[in-house]
Amino acid sequence: MTAEATLERETLPSGTLFRFATAGSVDDGKSTLVGRLLHDSKAILADQLDAVARTSEARGFGGEKGGLDLALLTDGLRAEREQGITIDVAYRYFATDRRTFILADCPGHVQYTKNTVTGASTADAVVLLIDARKGVLEQTRRHLSVAALLRVPHVVVAVNKIDLVEFSETVFSDISADVARVAEELGLREAVAIPVSALDGDNVVDRSDRTPWYTGPTLIELLESLPGTDELDDAGEPFRFPVQTVIRPQGALAPGLSDDEFRDYRAYAGQVTEGIVRVGDRVSVVTPGQAPRETTVVGIDVAGRSLEEAAAPLSVALRLADEFDVARGDTIAAAGTLPESTPDLYGSLCWLSTKPLREGAKVLVKHGTSTVRALVRSVTGKLDLDSFEVTPASGLELNDIGEAQLRLAAPLPLEPYAAHRRTGAFLVIDPQDGATLAAGMVGEHPGDSEDERYWI
Amino acid sequence: MSTLTTAEVGSTAAEVGSLGLLDALEAESIHIIREVVAEFERPAMLFSGGKDSVVMLHLAAKAFWPGKIPFPVLHVDTGHNFPEVLDFRDRTVARLGLKLVVGSVQEYIDRGELQERADGTRNPLQTVPLLDTIAANKFDAVFGGGRRDEDKARAKERILSLRDEFGQWDPRNQRPELWNLYNGRHTVGQHVRAFPISNWTELDIWRYIEREGIELPSIYYAHDREVFQRDGMWRAVGEVSLPREGEDVVVRTVRYRTVGDMSCTGAVLSDAFTVADVVREVAASTLTERGATRADDRISEAAMEDRKKDGYF
Repeated sequence: MTAEATLERETLPSGTLFRFATAGSVDDGKSTLVGRLLHDSKAILADQLDAVARTSEARGFGGEKGGLDLALLTDGLRAEREQGITIDVAYRYFATDRRTFILADCPGHVQYTKNTVTGASTADAVVLLIDARKGVLEQTRRHLSVAALLRVPHVVVAVNKIDLVEFSETVFSDISADVARVAEELGLREAVAIPVSALDGDNVVDRSDRTPWYTGPTLIELLESLPGTDELDDAGEPFRFPVQTVIRPQGALAPGLSDDEFRDYRAYAGQVTEGIVRVGDRVSVVTPGQAPRETTVVGIDVAGRSLEEAAAPLSVALRLADEFDVARGDTIAAAGTLPESTPDLYGSLCWLSTKPLREGAKVLVKHGTSTVRALVRSVTGKLDLDSFEVTPASGLELNDIGEAQLRLAAPLPLEPYAAHRRTGAFLVIDPQDGATLAAGMVGEHPGDSEDERYWI
Repeated sequence: MSTLTTAEVGSTAAEVGSLGLLDALEAESIHIIREVVAEFERPAMLFSGGKDSVVMLHLAAKAFWPGKIPFPVLHVDTGHNFPEVLDFRDRTVARLGLKLVVGSVQEYIDRGELQERADGTRNPLQTVPLLDTIAANKFDAVFGGGRRDEDKARAKERILSLRDEFGQWDPRNQRPELWNLYNGRHTVGQHVRAFPISNWTELDIWRYIEREGIELPSIYYAHDREVFQRDGMWRAVGEVSLPREGEDVVVRTVRYRTVGDMSCTGAVLSDAFTVADVVREVAASTLTERGATRADDRISEAAMEDRKKDGYF
């Protein structure tokens, strides 16, 4: 097989995995852009295109691009196709020579917050569409706000329908300047703007000769070159490893393995959520409510292969020097770096349920590999997504983003989401029917003195 | 040749911060499998001997190494399965020391509880035996090898997907899935389908099979077979798949790109005799695997969605 290696590199896309979400308003051509990306990167195969052509024709679609309704490629559900709307996030896959992409296509209208939050939570980048004729709209600000709140590493603004403004450099630079202003207001790390025509393909995959004034990358070039979440974070972040399960196979060894060799095998299985761990590293084992215990990593296993080091997001099993009692819900972290566990959770909530949040509600909080009961002590405010200011509120409705204080039935090692996109995230779950009520992001703990006020 | 349990498996060590594609997909799948096993009482994994379920089982073995896979595997046998594949299924289950639970479509037909369809395909008939087997064994989580790139309805599927008391999928009312926090809460009577390889494409699957040296049923590789043409697909001549008047039987070099019920799975002309050949063939293919090989998905543009709503995989 080694003889094939050269050929394989030439013919096969591989590289790294990059996840991005698309967002935009209803008529800005998002489905067309997604269709264009898939089409020009040759991710749409002949039978899919045939099916789209058949359905387009059957429905008398007479619009763009030779009668092909490219939205049919992403609208997968019967109801979506019948009503011509997108109901839910759809996932698409395509690859170039440098990267494989997972595209979360998020519907732009009703329940946009719910869908955008879902798509953005795992995204390395958000691609936000703006209609060149309309510029930055309220909805654009809202989408940018959500991207900022969820700390998506990169925001790319595709200024679409540039053909409909005569490929005007002025229009593009005005919109870019507006975007830059909003981005700065929101504290976004960056928001790169690109002039595109999704319909004709300008600057999507292929460089356009109709925008000679634009010297930046095409959309796909940019997506190929942006560093992914883990590439950005590994260097600086301390090691975090929520324990999923303990592997102790006594008596239930996989067939073919020697009992002598594995009689005393004991390892902690999980995914490196942040940072990097090396054999020989000192680590703290944190069981909420107990003092952290320090030990040394003596082995990193992936199904019989021993690694010297493991970085996020690798799934591994860690062997430790000391035989501690370690269980699911515990966290293994770089020694001394994890803050003390606390039963007081201050955070932002994106409310995703039609059942509103009221103070005093009893909920479940899922954080890492722990699920604990919690009481919503107070809702302290609601985010106005237009002004990005917090306004007073006592409850949250569907699609609201607010701030709340929760009291947990057991302490958790909470870290602010602003600095820890993975370990600072949590879910709020309905204990009755199990529905996911909210996406939560841990905020800064205001400290003990302020905390006292709520102990009445 | 598959070495699920020994040390030779593997890729080159990933460089910090630039995990390769297959390593990233593998890490995500193992995380999901471990979450489900940790949070559910009675999980089971669908295993048909098809390539996706073989890869999923391989990932499960890696997730719990050096322990045994801590759950039974489940197969709904249509009664029209390829004998090579059933043989492979049984050998794999024996090699890994697993318990196999089989739901039999044939038994339901024999008892008169299911009716043979006019078109002869038994794929849609799998739903009732599947749901009954899940209920009888009190499985609360069932792993499936569905991939989002297979079909437009599957593109909307969650990693953890709730099924109601009737096993139904409600695509318009799915739980949002955030970060890598999976919510598997369910009430009595409900169960959860878990799709750990949701984000893999057909090409990823084959490249992983090549990298890990995973064994597959022989019919995935090019071989000579008696076939006839129907609906633009090459169909194997077999007990349950006989040519009709005017359909000429010929010998062709073919392979199967998907492996399902013999009555609705077509072969493709291929000279891909090795896994490396298949990787190249898949990379260059201009047809999707289901479009090329599945008669049952051609019934309507929402055939998969309709089956899934009723409780299909």
